[in-house]
Amino acid sequence: MNASEIIRWLSPELILLITGFVVLGADLVMRRRDEGRTAAVIALIGLVLALIMALLLAMNNPATIVASTFAVDPYSSFFKVLAIIAVSLVVLSSMDFMKGKSRYLGEYYALLVFVTLAVSIAVSATNLLLVYLGIEFLSITSYILTGFLRNDRRSEEAAIKYFLYGASAGAVMLYGISLVYGATGSTDLVAVGELMKAATGPEHLLGVAAIVLLLGGFGFKASLVPFHQWAPDTYDGAPTPVTAFLATASKAAGFAVAGRVFITAFPQFTPDWMAILGSLAILTMTVGNLTALKQHSVKRMLAYSSIAQAGYIVLGLAAYNPTGGTFTGLNGMLIYLFAYLFTNIGAFFVVLAVERYAGSSEFSTFKGLGKRAPGLALLMTVFMLSLAGIPPTGGFLGKFYVFAAVVEKHFLVLAAIAAVNAIVAAFYYMNVIRLMFFQDSEDETPLQVSSGLNLSLVVSAVMVLAIGILAQPFIAWAVESVQMVNTRGF
Amino acid sequence: MSMDLTAIPLLSLILWLPVVGALLLFFVRKESTIKLIALATMLLDFVVSLGLLLNWSNTGDMQFVEKLLWIPPLNISYHLGVDGISLFLVLLTTLLGPIVVLYSWHNIKNNLRAFMVLLLVQQTGIVGVFTSLDLILFFIFWEFTLIPMYFLIGRWGGQRRVYAAVKFFLYTMAGSALMLVVILLLYWQTGSFDWIELQQTPLDPTVQTWAFLAFALAFAIKVPLFPFHTWLPDAHVEAPTAGSVILAGVLLKMGIYGFLRFCLPLFPDATLRFAPWIAGLALAGILYGALVALVQKDVKSLVAYSSIAHLGFVMLGVVSLNQQGLAGAVLQSVNHGLSTGALFLMVGMIYDRRHTRLLTEFGGLWKQIPIYSALLLVVVMASVGLPGLNGFVGEFTILVGAFKANRLWAVLGTVGVIFAAWYLLAAVRGMLQGPLDNPANQKLQDLSAREIWVLVPLILLFFLIGLFPNLFLDKINPAVETLLHGMNAAAQISFLP
Repeated sequence: MNASEIIRWLSPELILLITGFVVLGADLVMRRRDEGRTAAVIALIGLVLALIMALLLAMNNPATIVASTFAVDPYSSFFKVLAIIAVSLVVLSSMDFMKGKSRYLGEYYALLVFVTLAVSIAVSATNLLLVYLGIEFLSITSYILTGFLRNDRRSEEAAIKYFLYGASAGAVMLYGISLVYGATGSTDLVAVGELMKAATGPEHLLGVAAIVLLLGGFGFKASLVPFHQWAPDTYDGAPTPVTAFLATASKAAGFAVAGRVFITAFPQFTPDWMAILGSLAILTMTVGNLTALKQHSVKRMLAYSSIAQAGYIVLGLAAYNPTGGTFTGLNGMLIYLFAYLFTNIGAFFVVLAVERYAGSSEFSTFKGLGKRAPGLALLMTVFMLSLAGIPPTGGFLGKFYVFAAVVEKHFLVLAAIAAVNAIVAAFYYMNVIRLMFFQDSEDETPLQVSSGLNLSLVVSAVMVLAIGILAQPFIAWAVESVQMVNTRGF
Repeated sequence: MSMDLTAIPLLSLILWLPVVGALLLFFVRKESTIKLIALATMLLDFVVSLGLLLNWSNTGDMQFVEKLLWIPPLNISYHLGVDGISLFLVLLTTLLGPIVVLYSWHNIKNNLRAFMVLLLVQQTGIVGVFTSLDLILFFIFWEFTLIPMYFLIGRWGGQRRVYAAVKFFLYTMAGSALMLVVILLLYWQTGSFDWIELQQTPLDPTVQTWAFLAFALAFAIKVPLFPFHTWLPDAHVEAPTAGSVILAGVLLKMGIYGFLRFCLPLFPDATLRFAPWIAGLALAGILYGALVALVQKDVKSLVAYSSIAHLGFVMLGVVSLNQQGLAGAVLQSVNHGLSTGALFLMVGMIYDRRHTRLLTEFGGLWKQIPIYSALLLVVVMASVGLPGLNGFVGEFTILVGAFKANRLWAVLGTVGVIFAAWYLLAAVRGMLQGPLDNPANQKLQDLSAREIWVLVPLILLFFLIGLFPNLFLDKINPAVETLLHGMNAAAQISFLP
């Protein structure tokens, strides 16, 4: 394979890498004269170019490159597209939010581009070492972004917590990788899959142990209970646009990697990891929902809700169907993640708009929002209904699909627990709507929303409804995107 | 007078017209224009829905069927149709639409546009429930109807509106979450979400049992069947009048309809097995609702509890599982929608004037506001089931059905009828008769022309159904026959006499 071909296969990553450096360079020239506007615009252009390339590459036949460590397949393209869209919306919303909050806005936008690169490496990795590197790259850039508001002690605390948990999770994951290497002498996912095929007795136990340890790393990213303790404080303290990223694209990366690693490297262990993920799903949904019920601020409530949502998402993997069916869990996970991306980004952006004005997102700040900012409140209603899984929103399609996959695998108890959880969750989502429309506040000054934020909010809401109503094209795309490479390439 | 309407997708038109009207409302600012557009849309929707009658054929089959594949890989269709069971429920919905808009002409003080938009999209949701023949489509509309009503109660309701709205939402949501799981279970068993295809696929009795229970829970909460009724008094009393009318008039009927459309034909064995239990709950509801209604001091709560009793009666007809019981249940559902709708409207009218609904505040109204009093008497008589009016036909048919099924049911049900006469007539006596001694009542204005027009269509229908019930039963009966034959053919144990 020649160099020009490699450049083509890696074009989204290369574009992101170059964009990151150009953003840094541009910032050097502009020297904060424009409050990071140039940097943001360049970042957006780079992200859009990378998005186009990722979509084009999705049409190629799946293949691995660079000593078969890096997959270019519809599966990785799907998650790249997801991450790029998420970060683009985050950049749009940051243009106003970060103004005056930091002196290093060039670095901020550059880091956002690099974090996208990290996601796209992690979701493409077909070698456990590159998986580890991708996740660590993602973690380190995320730590910095989380602590970016250096004058805000909560932001610093959030970063430290995230870092401490992340470092431990990384170590645990590395231990899992070393077990796999010890058992098979390889870190290549496909090779491991073949070498572990005949694992029985103690070897089988070793495999299960490796799965559990690896899950420590993936579960940390995806905020699955019991690897979730960092999430509430980190989501709460991080700059809100960064929170939106952590709760969507970063989480999706965790699921994407878990899906690829378990399906490719541990096909013989499918019943084991399905059982483990099913139990974690129950735990995650229940803990997330019950804790979310008790929160007093919308941002913290959303933080716990996004833990609970991770429980529904992982149901998709827990109902993985290797032989295929009408509803395969993996399709469901992808659809859920895509709908969830726009829903949660939208919800956090509404929080951002309110925070910008009221200084916090305590429940009281949402009172009377229906009067003070009818448009904003209407959009928030769409996002809350989608999170609660009420039709005709994308959240409903996601829940429907995942539930269908679970029922198709005959896990009826799991489906019933998930359904009951959805009822609990409806309570606190509807509470936000209650505050906005049924309660009045003394302060009735209209709320202004910046144009960048407005654009990303409207895009998110339109997508949430489009996914729910049109459904078909998104399902088709998700079905295409479950293809991943399972042979060693060149 | 036959006009060929088969070329037009009539049901889609009825279904989506209100949404078009709601979208139009976003482009107007003037309150009077908003009201006019809302009313015109509702009237147009009603006129279009009358087209169903023009081209109706008295068979038990689905008519005006539209089918479009919506999500091909999952085999989910946009599949609509009406038969004699849903026909009058659709018409009731489109009839109550313009009536509540006209009623709300002057008494919505804040955010009129949002109010009208919600009423309109609510109508689309309800018509969607009554016409969907695909389980997923049905579920989507079923869940969607929650949202507008949640806002109507929570935003424009009475003192405890927020509590009532949340309770309403969570109860119904809790009921339907398991229904979705079971719909998926049926798909896994049969490979279809389509009502017509599902009917032709007999289900294993164990699956039927679980499926029936999950569906029945969702529908029993909606009806509401005792003891799942506790959300109803709160929601009905706190909702604004327009909301109460829609709630009692058609939203509750979604539960009855759900039993008739899904539980009976899809799970015949389970239905047969659980019918006596449901009859027990229905009878408990009839008696409980009546006894609690007797001691209410607030007229609106009285009407709310009377709904529990009346719907228990309708459920008794459903589980009689014979021609009379089922046809009576359909007809009585419509009757209850008309008469309780009218009762809520009249309670609203007196509340608009006096800002109280306490029975003790009234008395001797006949002397002061005779038109109101006369109309109230007619409405109460319809509700009580006076021969010649609609309620009698429905109750009598149900009682015949119940008698055939189990004599004890009929006897206990009759006791409920007597109670209904008792508490409603007691309320009438308290309000209209006696001395006009409360000074606040001595300045009351009688009904305006608009208010009379709100009530006239309902009262005309009381007489039409009461005097010519066969106009309606002729259309309902074939569908009920088809339903019973289908059940009998599908059930493992034959139960038709």
